[in-house]
Amino acid sequence: MKNKAKFQRHALPKSPTSIQGLDEITGGGLPKGRPTLVCGGAGCGKTLFAMEFLVYGARQHNEPGVFISFEETEQELTANAVSLGFDLDDLVERKKIWLEHIHIEQGEIEHSGNYDLEGLFIRIHHAIESIGAKRVVLDTLESLFSGLPNPYILRSELRRLLRWLKKKGVTTIITAERGEGTLTRNGIEEFVSDCVILLDHRVNDQTSIRQLRVVKYRGSTHGTNEYPFLIDEDGFSVLPVTSLGLNYSSSLERISTGIPRLDTMLSGKGYFRGSTVLVSGTAGTGKTSIASQFVEAACTRKERVLFFTFEESPSQLVRNMCSIGIDLNPWLKTGLLQFHATRPTHYGLETHLATSIKMINDYEPNVVILDPINAFVIGENHTEVKIMLLRLVDFLKMKRITAFFTSLTSAGENMEITDIYISSLIDTWLLLRDIEIGGERNRGLYVLKSRGMAHSNQIREFKLTDHGIELLDVYVGLEGVLTGSARIAQETKDEAEQLLRQQEIVRKQFALERKREAMEAQILMLRSEYEAEESEVLKVIGIDKMRIDRFTHNNEKMAKSRKGDVDIKSTGTNKT
Amino acid sequence: MEIKQEEKAHTNRLKEQPKKINDDEWVLRLYVAGQTPKSVTALNNLILICEEQLRGKYQIEVIDLLEKPQLARDNQIIAIPTLVRKFPMPVKKIIGDLSNIERALVGLDL
Repeated sequence: MKNKAKFQRHALPKSPTSIQGLDEITGGGLPKGRPTLVCGGAGCGKTLFAMEFLVYGARQHNEPGVFISFEETEQELTANAVSLGFDLDDLVERKKIWLEHIHIEQGEIEHSGNYDLEGLFIRIHHAIESIGAKRVVLDTLESLFSGLPNPYILRSELRRLLRWLKKKGVTTIITAERGEGTLTRNGIEEFVSDCVILLDHRVNDQTSIRQLRVVKYRGSTHGTNEYPFLIDEDGFSVLPVTSLGLNYSSSLERISTGIPRLDTMLSGKGYFRGSTVLVSGTAGTGKTSIASQFVEAACTRKERVLFFTFEESPSQLVRNMCSIGIDLNPWLKTGLLQFHATRPTHYGLETHLATSIKMINDYEPNVVILDPINAFVIGENHTEVKIMLLRLVDFLKMKRITAFFTSLTSAGENMEITDIYISSLIDTWLLLRDIEIGGERNRGLYVLKSRGMAHSNQIREFKLTDHGIELLDVYVGLEGVLTGSARIAQETKDEAEQLLRQQEIVRKQFALERKREAMEAQILMLRSEYEAEESEVLKVIGIDKMRIDRFTHNNEKMAKSRKGDVDIKSTGTNKT
Repeated sequence: MEIKQEEKAHTNRLKEQPKKINDDEWVLRLYVAGQTPKSVTALNNLILICEEQLRGKYQIEVIDLLEKPQLARDNQIIAIPTLVRKFPMPVKKIIGDLSNIERALVGLDL
C-alpha cells in the first residue's frame, strides 16, 4: 500500500493532447511541463500537430497556449486553422491562445561580436505572462540557424532556452525539420531529451503513407510501433490499431446471408454476427451480387451497412444490382446504407486503413463490405495487405461488426492459393467458380470453410435471376458435375433414357402376354388334336370290338353248324 | 553611470523633438535587456564608432526590453544586443556587442 502510494506520486504527470489516438499511444499525453520534440520532413503535419495541441489544450483542458511561429505570420496561422474549424481569432481574443510571429531577416542581418537570445526569452516570457500560458509551441525553432550567425552561440542559447522553459513548467512542443540520418537538421534533439515524436510522410509505389512514431519518452512506457495517422478535415488523428489483440468476445448470433439456400448450406442459419466472410472468385462470378444480397438482408433487418467499393462507383453498383432485382436505393435514402468509393491507389494502405476505421467509428455500422480487397494488392505487397486487413479485422471483431470481403482471383490460378495469404483471417469462405462445360460458363458456389458450423460440402450452381440470386442443385452423375445447359441436356437425356426403358418394359410385358396367348392357343390346338385322335382311336377300338364280336359270332355260327348244341345261344347273338 | 546619463540625454532629445531630424542626422536604436556586460560593451562600442565617424550628427536611443517587452515583438528583436539603424534608410540590423568594429562599420554602411 505504501509502495503504491509512493509510486503514484512519482508517476510522470502528462498533458493530454486530445489528438485522437495519440494519448493512447503515449499513455496520457506529452510530458507535462517538459519539452517535446516533434520532427519530420516537409509537409508531414508538424505545425498542425502543434496547433491542435494548443487549441485542444485551450478549449478542453483550460491550459492557455502560446504559439511562437518562425515561419508563418499570425494571419497565415489563423487562416490555416479555419480550414480545420478552429477559430483562432476568438481564442486569441479570449486570451486562450497567443500567436506570435518571429521574423528572421535572412541575410539582412549583420553581426558583430557576442550576442545572446535574451530578446527571444523576453518575448516568450511576455507571451506566457500575458495569458498565463501552460503550453508553448516553437515552430520551427531551427529557422534561427539560418537567420542568426555563430551556431555555437545559438546552440548554447537554445540549450538555455529549453532549460528555462522547463523551469517555467510549461509543456513545450518544439518542431524541427528532419535531417539526413539525424532526427533534426541541426541536431537539436540533443537538447530535448524528454520526448521525441517522429512524423513520417513517405511514398511507396506512388502512394503516400503518413506514420507517427514515439522515438523516446523518458520516464514513461509508450507504444513503439509506427502508427498510421491521418490529416483530414477533422485534423490530426492517430490510429493505434496495432495494439488490438485477440481478446474480443464472439457472438453466437446468426444472421441471414439473404439467400435462403445459402443459409441452408451454412447449417441453416447463415453467417455468425461479427464474423469475417470472404467471397472469392474470378471476374464476373457474382461476388458483388452476393455482397449486395447480404446488404439487402442486413438493411431489411434495420442494420446499418457501410459499403467500401474500390472498383465501381456507387451509382454504377446500384444500377447493376437493380438488374438482378436488388434495389439498394431505398436503403441509401433512409441512411441505412452508405457507400464509400475510392480507388485503392488513391492513397496508401495505412491511410486506407485509417480512413476506414475513422469512417466506421463515425458511422457505426453493423455490417462492413469491402469490395474487393485484393484491389490493394499492387505488386508483391501481400504481407502489407494482410497486416492491414488483420488490423481491420481485429478492429471490426472488437466492435462486433460483420465483415464481408470480396476477392477477385485471376483465372487460371488456383483460387485457394491466390487468397491463401488472408485465409487465416477468414471465418467463412465462399468460393465462386466458373464451371466451363459444353461451350458455356456457369457459376458454381461452395463453402470452402466456415468456422464453428457444420456447413454443406456440396457445390451449388447459382443463377443471377431478375429476382436475386438463386441456388440450384448441380447435376452430379456418372459424367461428373454438370451445370447450365449441359445439366439440362443431361437431364433431358436421362429423361429420354427413362422413357425408353419404360417403353421397353411395356414391350416386354406385351411380348410375354403374346407368348402366353400363343402357348394357350397351342394348348387348345393340342387338346383338340388329342380329342380328334381320341375319337379316332375310340372309333378304331369300337370297330375292333365289333370285329371281335363278329369273329365270336361267326365262330359260334360255325360251331352251331358243326354241332348244333349251341343253337339257341348263337341265334340270340345273331339277332343283336 | 556616466553612460547611463548620456544615454538618457540622447533618449530625451529624441523624445522632445522627434520630427526635427536633420537629413544627415543618423538615428540609431540599441535594444538591450537590462544592464548586462554585453549591453554595456555594445553601447560603449557604439559611442566609440559614432564619435569617430559621425561626430555631432547622430542620436542613440537605448531601449531596455525588460521594461518594454512589447517593443521586442513590434520590432522583431530576438537577439540581444541588437543595433537598428532607423535612419538613414534602409533600416539595418546588427546583432552583437559590436566588438568587431570592422563588421559593425560594414553593417552600418560607414
